[in-house]
Amino acid sequence: MTNSNFPPQDIYIIGVGMTPAGEHWEKSLRELALDAMIPARQEAGGIAPEALYVANMLAPVLSRQSHLGALLADFAGMRGIEAVTLEAAGASGGMALRHAVMAIASGLVRSALVVGVEKFSERVSSEIEAALSTAGDADFESVHGVTQTALAAMLMRRYQVEFSAPSDAFAGFSVTAHANGAGNPLAMFQRAIKAESYQRAGMVSDPLNMFDAAPMADGAAALMVAAGDAIPADSRYPKIRIAASSAAVDAVALHDRRDPLDFSAVRDSTAEALKQARLERDQIDLFEVHDRYTIYSALTLEAAGYAERGKAWQLAQNGQVSLNGSLPITTFGGSKARGDTGGANGVYQAAEATLQLQGRAGEIQIRNAKTAMIQALGGAGATAVTHILTGSETA
Amino acid sequence: MEVSSHWRVKQQRYALIGEVCPSCEAKIFPPRDVCPECGDEAKTHYQFSGLGEVYSYTTLYDAPQGHEAQIPYTLALVRLEEGPLVTAQLTDLDDENIEVGMPVEMVTRKLRSDGERGMLVYGYKFRPRLQAA
Repeated sequence: MTNSNFPPQDIYIIGVGMTPAGEHWEKSLRELALDAMIPARQEAGGIAPEALYVANMLAPVLSRQSHLGALLADFAGMRGIEAVTLEAAGASGGMALRHAVMAIASGLVRSALVVGVEKFSERVSSEIEAALSTAGDADFESVHGVTQTALAAMLMRRYQVEFSAPSDAFAGFSVTAHANGAGNPLAMFQRAIKAESYQRAGMVSDPLNMFDAAPMADGAAALMVAAGDAIPADSRYPKIRIAASSAAVDAVALHDRRDPLDFSAVRDSTAEALKQARLERDQIDLFEVHDRYTIYSALTLEAAGYAERGKAWQLAQNGQVSLNGSLPITTFGGSKARGDTGGANGVYQAAEATLQLQGRAGEIQIRNAKTAMIQALGGAGATAVTHILTGSETA
Repeated sequence: MEVSSHWRVKQQRYALIGEVCPSCEAKIFPPRDVCPECGDEAKTHYQFSGLGEVYSYTTLYDAPQGHEAQIPYTLALVRLEEGPLVTAQLTDLDDENIEVGMPVEMVTRKLRSDGERGMLVYGYKFRPRLQAA
């Protein structure tokens, strides 16, 4: 848990870039990353990054490529700057953004480029499953054939039994994500689904079906982050203030947790972020949750205090987390419809929330959005990184 | 080959040896040397009974590399009688209906095989508890 007077100075996102999420057979890891880095730098105008923070989860396994900091900095024409990879499984993107914030807050760096990139399509599914399961406990989970999907499925079954939730309790999260993804031109799936499609979906790992799990997608997203006094006056878009940054961890293995249905890292990092931003929960206009599985959206909303235990699925069923609801989530489709881009997820979330706060979200725009909370999770909620972004009017 | 990484945990894999905290008597599995309940050092070995009940479970149809031959297989979180949860496969299910709360007991089985020339890894699985003789 972080515990600091935040922020020591104003830190802003001043440029974003995203590639479409999906299968990029024709692009290598470095080419994909470059496609996101170029527009982020262009939006930021003439400011040159002093550091590059790369978010990636599996390149050493899937692409036999580590040392992405130097590789991508060189490929993007930035030899001479400092560059490093941050890895915290699915929370890598949030963690890389947090490191940019910490570097700038320390005064050692005045501007940084954050890029999240993941390339799944190099491998077949059994190899991808094995790679993804390295985010679990190798000695006491993975050796038994545990996958990330199996962990989510066991949480889902326990939730249904413990809270007497109906079998289609989680459908609303999937329907919401797909409805929003239909308005995101970069999403892997751009078609809304009906609740009946959820009922008919094939089982992946019972009781978890195809519409409860996000598809893995290649993708890259980038952010230019800078200290307030380093930003040129003539920025093209409104600058977005990073009002809070916090990270917390729980046990990696579900079996090591006191109560597996309590995402304590979510609770800890959300509470800290709200404290830093001096905001109450109900002042958040949109919440980009980590929705790799529908059950994670429910457990997140409960641990973050937006619903009582065992009740968060009702928020989705009642439309309260839809675009026009009281707390829109996964506004660009989340992992479910945009595609789960592994270590890049947290950077996509930040770029998407930035577009919402700048009024550039097109048909999925949240009206008058001024504050956004974004949260990247690693594994089954073992790492949670939370940021709060605010539009410049409220800065 | 990862021989040493499997050899190192043989007491846990074959005999469910965990730890007991000398200060608060919490039973710990897998062993972690620091008590998760009170934070004191906890290195005293403790032999678990192998009895427990199903906390949750799922059946997998997509397996990671090394487990393809077992598809479909059923994984569970088992609440041991002594307190801890443990992650393991369920086995010897026949036509048995699995339920949350079902009593199970530990048995030793093959966990995975790393190809024709690779290692066979053995360890604990759980089966429906047999009636006491």
